[in-house]
Amino acid sequence: MKKERQVLVVFPHPDDEAFGVSGTIASHVNMGTPVTYACLTLGEMGRNMGNPPFANRETLPSIRKYELKESARVLGISDLRMLGYRDKTIEFEDPDKLTNEISSMIKELDPSLIITFYPGYSVHPDHDATGAAVVRAVEKLPVEKRPTLHCVAFSNNCVEELGEADIVFDVSAVADQKFDSIKAHQSQTQLMMAGMAEGLKNQDPEVMARLNFERFWTYKY
Amino acid sequence: MDPVNMKSVQDALEGFLDTEVYVHLETTNGAYASHHNEQFFSAGAYIRNAKLTYERAKITGAGPYRVGLKIPFGWVYAEGITHYEQDDKGRLLLAGHDYDGKLAVALQISTTPFE
Ligand SMILES: [Zn+2]
Repeated sequence: MKKERQVLVVFPHPDDEAFGVSGTIASHVNMGTPVTYACLTLGEMGRNMGNPPFANRETLPSIRKYELKESARVLGISDLRMLGYRDKTIEFEDPDKLTNEISSMIKELDPSLIITFYPGYSVHPDHDATGAAVVRAVEKLPVEKRPTLHCVAFSNNCVEELGEADIVFDVSAVADQKFDSIKAHQSQTQLMMAGMAEGLKNQDPEVMARLNFERFWTYKY
Repeated sequence: MDPVNMKSVQDALEGFLDTEVYVHLETTNGAYASHHNEQFFSAGAYIRNAKLTYERAKITGAGPYRVGLKIPFGWVYAEGITHYEQDDKGRLLLAGHDYDGKLAVALQISTTPFE
């Protein structure tokens, strides 16, 4: 993994960072690179509230905010920004407002690498709208000034249409931090953690691959 | 949240009769339903802080429950309600959790806007 000057991660939901990119984030932090994580919403519309439910629609945001801060802490993210949008509404927002907000972060931080979702290949409308806003912001820069843009994609057709991911990081060295980041989002990951711990114990290849490797598609303009 | 107690919910619903209230109503399959099963037709609806008054309210069914509010020119309705809570702000929170515990429907009533 190349040493970056500054990394900017832009996702819409607390926990978006945990599954796909927390190993990558931890690796950058461990190399001494400052990482800013801009999280657009607090996942207010999440459906997981424990079983039996320990949260409700109105208490979920503060629980998820706490979990997000905890995940950022275990990953060593020094700059966590909560942008105050509402879950499931990103695609309905004024696109210029979103673009400008991201443009101003790029201007302020001058990142050498931005990580977001690949627009059109990221399943949740908030994911696609967030990725699209980042792409618009980066496209406004002159070509030689553009930071590298690594996108996460996981729609069923992503490999078929985009080809295999061109970036695959082995993050097994920071698997513990990744595991802790996923665990930090307890309200959302409680169900899956049990299965994951079991898979880890049995060295289930699918679970190991998910934990140890993180895939990105370099965005093509 | 506690499993629905019909009498408690009915009393709470009647506590807001003929009062200007803010209503949150949502139904959802989650944004991933069609990703996990491409045959699945995903649908949902959401309204937050609709301001209204109602003249009649009822919870009914054998569980999961249905709740209807009669408003001056129409109705508000939710199906699949399993849990309720009257929170420390006096708001009535009704929710339906599916077999995995995931939220499937919510109907909430408050005299002040939800944040
Ligand atoms: Zn997400």
